[in-house]
Amino acid sequence: MIDSINLNILNIASIIPMLVLIGFGIFLLGISIFSRGLSRQFYTAFCILAIALDVGFILGFSNQSSGFFGLIFIDGISILSILIISIASIFFLPFSLSKNDFFEYNIPEFFALFLIMLAGYEFMVSSKNLILIFIGLEISSLALYTLIALHNNKSSVQAAIKYFSMGAVSSGFFAFSMALFYMLTNSFEINEIVLNASKSNLQGNILLLTAFIFMVVAVGFKLSLIPFHAWVSEVYSGASSAMAGFISVVPKVGILVIVIRFFEGFVKFDFVWIENFVLILSILTMCVANILALVQNDIKKMLAYSSIFHTGFVLSALAAGSLQVNIGIFYYWIMFAFANLGAFAFLWSRSTNLVMSYDKFSGLVKQNPTLATIGALFMLSLAGIPPFSVFWGKAYLMSSVINAGYFWLAIVMAVNSAVAVYYYLKLVVYMFLKDSMGDGVYFANLSNPMKFILAFASLGSLFAIFMSQNLLQAIKWYVSGVIF
Amino acid sequence: MEHILSLIIIFPALAAFLGMLVDEKSIRTYGICMSLIEFILTIFVWFKFDTSIDLNFIHQFGLISDFGVSYIVGIDGISLFLVILSAFVTMVCLIALSIKENLKHLIISILFLEMAIMGAFLSLDAILFYIFWELTLIPVLYIIGAWGGKDRIYASLKFFIYTFFGSLLMLVGILAMAYFYHKIYGIWSFSLLDWTQMSLPYDVQIWLFLSFFIAFAVKIPIFPFHSWLPYAYTQAPIVGVIMLSSLLLKMGTYGLVRFLLPLFPQVSINFSFAICVFATIMVIYAALIAFSKDDIKEVLTYASASHANIIVLGIFAMNEIGLSGAVFFMVSHGIVGAGMFILVGGLYDRRGSFSMSEFGGLAKTMPKFAFIFALLSLANVGAPLTSGFIGEFLSIFGIFKNSPWIGFFASLSIVLGSIYTLNMFRRLFFGRLIKDENKNLKDASKNELFAVVPICILVVFLGIYPRFVINPIQISVEKSLSFVKYKDERELKLKENNDR
Repeated sequence: MIDSINLNILNIASIIPMLVLIGFGIFLLGISIFSRGLSRQFYTAFCILAIALDVGFILGFSNQSSGFFGLIFIDGISILSILIISIASIFFLPFSLSKNDFFEYNIPEFFALFLIMLAGYEFMVSSKNLILIFIGLEISSLALYTLIALHNNKSSVQAAIKYFSMGAVSSGFFAFSMALFYMLTNSFEINEIVLNASKSNLQGNILLLTAFIFMVVAVGFKLSLIPFHAWVSEVYSGASSAMAGFISVVPKVGILVIVIRFFEGFVKFDFVWIENFVLILSILTMCVANILALVQNDIKKMLAYSSIFHTGFVLSALAAGSLQVNIGIFYYWIMFAFANLGAFAFLWSRSTNLVMSYDKFSGLVKQNPTLATIGALFMLSLAGIPPFSVFWGKAYLMSSVINAGYFWLAIVMAVNSAVAVYYYLKLVVYMFLKDSMGDGVYFANLSNPMKFILAFASLGSLFAIFMSQNLLQAIKWYVSGVIF
Repeated sequence: MEHILSLIIIFPALAAFLGMLVDEKSIRTYGICMSLIEFILTIFVWFKFDTSIDLNFIHQFGLISDFGVSYIVGIDGISLFLVILSAFVTMVCLIALSIKENLKHLIISILFLEMAIMGAFLSLDAILFYIFWELTLIPVLYIIGAWGGKDRIYASLKFFIYTFFGSLLMLVGILAMAYFYHKIYGIWSFSLLDWTQMSLPYDVQIWLFLSFFIAFAVKIPIFPFHSWLPYAYTQAPIVGVIMLSSLLLKMGTYGLVRFLLPLFPQVSINFSFAICVFATIMVIYAALIAFSKDDIKEVLTYASASHANIIVLGIFAMNEIGLSGAVFFMVSHGIVGAGMFILVGGLYDRRGSFSMSEFGGLAKTMPKFAFIFALLSLANVGAPLTSGFIGEFLSIFGIFKNSPWIGFFASLSIVLGSIYTLNMFRRLFFGRLIKDENKNLKDASKNELFAVVPICILVVFLGIYPRFVINPIQISVEKSLSFVKYKDERELKLKENNDR
């Protein structure tokens, strides 16, 4: 029996990227046993190198691979989303190198957990098997809760515990939905579930509907869609600006990939109500998130609700469902990542407080016009004003929605974008048109790494038009390799 | 040489960017020199302009070729004078600038605004046009919000969000047009040169027409979409008002000529009566409000809106006379409006108030000022020998040919115009000099004279010899209208074939 075990069947090469990250995480923990008092610069550089190595390995995948008896399935969408997750994380790591030092950046556990969390996201997007998706989801979520709590502030620990308890409930729903799908279709693989469900004509089956709804609850919680958004305001205001920025960009990529796989699988087999369901959910998300963001007095909470708005925007395009929409989703998210990275870097450079009200930036243009212009650039870019980055994402997504025939949806998206302009402009108004209060605005936390990130994000937001052609072609190359 | 249009667009932006290095003391001279150079560049384009070619100086390269977005700029007779107008008005309002605090940011904003306006007038790709259209909002937000009056933040935000809403509808229209182009021809393109070849079914054309029209109607403004006008204009500083009234408004009317007429000829012809009714309502309504106001800035605001709708009437007259008159009126209205607002700003700088009751009998103390003000008021009214007459008369004549009733009501604008303008002039300059503060007011200053005298010369010159300007305009208008007629006939034929 022993000589018939052939490790090649497993295709361990398919999980090398994840293994690299986990290995480096464990390696980091190991190093810290022998050397005490290592600096945050060391940890950050180490992590960035680990992620860079990971990117290098993932770029080596040129076509679909599967491993571990079909548990791991790497296609174009996986590679693309792993690239986005990794590269975005590389740019969120130098937030630890700001002027103010924090407890969590000086312990190795933070960075090891960070790497393991990224490995969790990578597992999540590289699989079609619900169990592995669940494992990836859980690894990354648990690590994320801990990372938030490590900020060692009462609000942060509170926020992490709230996130944890609600997240646990949603994971329970995910598990329940997995069980129901297995019961109905005898499989954990997404395409087999869909195939079996359509073969047995389960379109109207109440249990399938229940399973689907439970999945929507789980996914909706993580994506912070509207009926499941209650955790957002607490968690974003409890987490530090660095962590909040990370939460608004990176985890959503993983969940969006799950949604894409699930949704397109079902829509292909004529489950018509799913399309309407996603449409209603996403339009509700867009509208309500906009209204909630309009009334906020705290910039971090405003950015939290604005990221829900952007998620809803992307999801409503998903309801239209075509290849161009898939390309558009990733394109939009990359453009949005530039602007959001910049916005949170801007907040983090100003102050590491957990509460960031608008008058922290009053009259900035008189103190420091360059920083004021950069901040205005990020806000205007998030608002969708041409020619900055998010506008191109919006134009592409709206165009793909129109091409799929949903004209009224494009109008709804346009109207919501117009409403959203107000809360982004509010910060611009405070920076440019109001007088400064008290001792003026002083960017205490601005260090060279932060300046580098601000420069990178602003160049990306400003010159998005020039890289769009190549970016779109690259995304198209990855996404169209998908075969369900 | 072929890239001169791109130079005209980029130059103010570069000047604005480098202006950040200049100190507060010399920034005003810097601004005036840069706008002068820009003006010379535009005059240079006029010299090299060839009326026999459809579109001159086309500069084209792809930006996102997969998606059809490309950078195309070109100039024809219609946009030539709007470009020259923009450079001239910017130069003139920088010369007459009297704001002292935070001058550097103001001049940098004005130069950026100039770049965006030039880009909007010159671009021939719909997404590029949209980019520049939206980019104009940001400097205006800053100018109104930082140097404006009491309610400036409210006014600037209202202006921004109202206009942004209209333009987002235009964005949906643009994307839908590209979708239809892709459906018919199989390739993506946002270029106007390609879109004018398209023939769309009539019901689709109506919706697209409306989406574009609302964006332009908010800018001009035409009757139901004018509620941002009083706030933005009264709270803005004089330089902001000049840029809004002389340039941004012309962007709206230019959009009507450049987009609506060539792309949707059938709908334009069918809807022209309804649009003319709304425009006439705004003409009379704004004129009556102008008469009722005591604040001279508000009088001029409503006067500007009233005359802008005459331009709309000229455009939707759908004949050569009306359209060339409308384009000429765009230029004339721009320079006359700039001159009048500069003079009104001068009065405010002297006395700190815009109210007519503060003044009276000023002709005794400020004779030169009164003379220039009189000349520009006559141009505003549309008296013969001024450029205002040519513009107004040709536009109203054009609409009269189509519909005598609308022409009749529109010509009331001349009557009402003289009422409120001459009334304002009488209350400001004639009569007895009652207030003591007015006795020692200085006459027109050097800056004001340098700024306004060229405007007066132009107004009289164009009033006597408009041929200079009207010739290129007329040739382009003929080409564009003949194309409209050709397309209209072709679509009518297609419709008849389909019905049979």
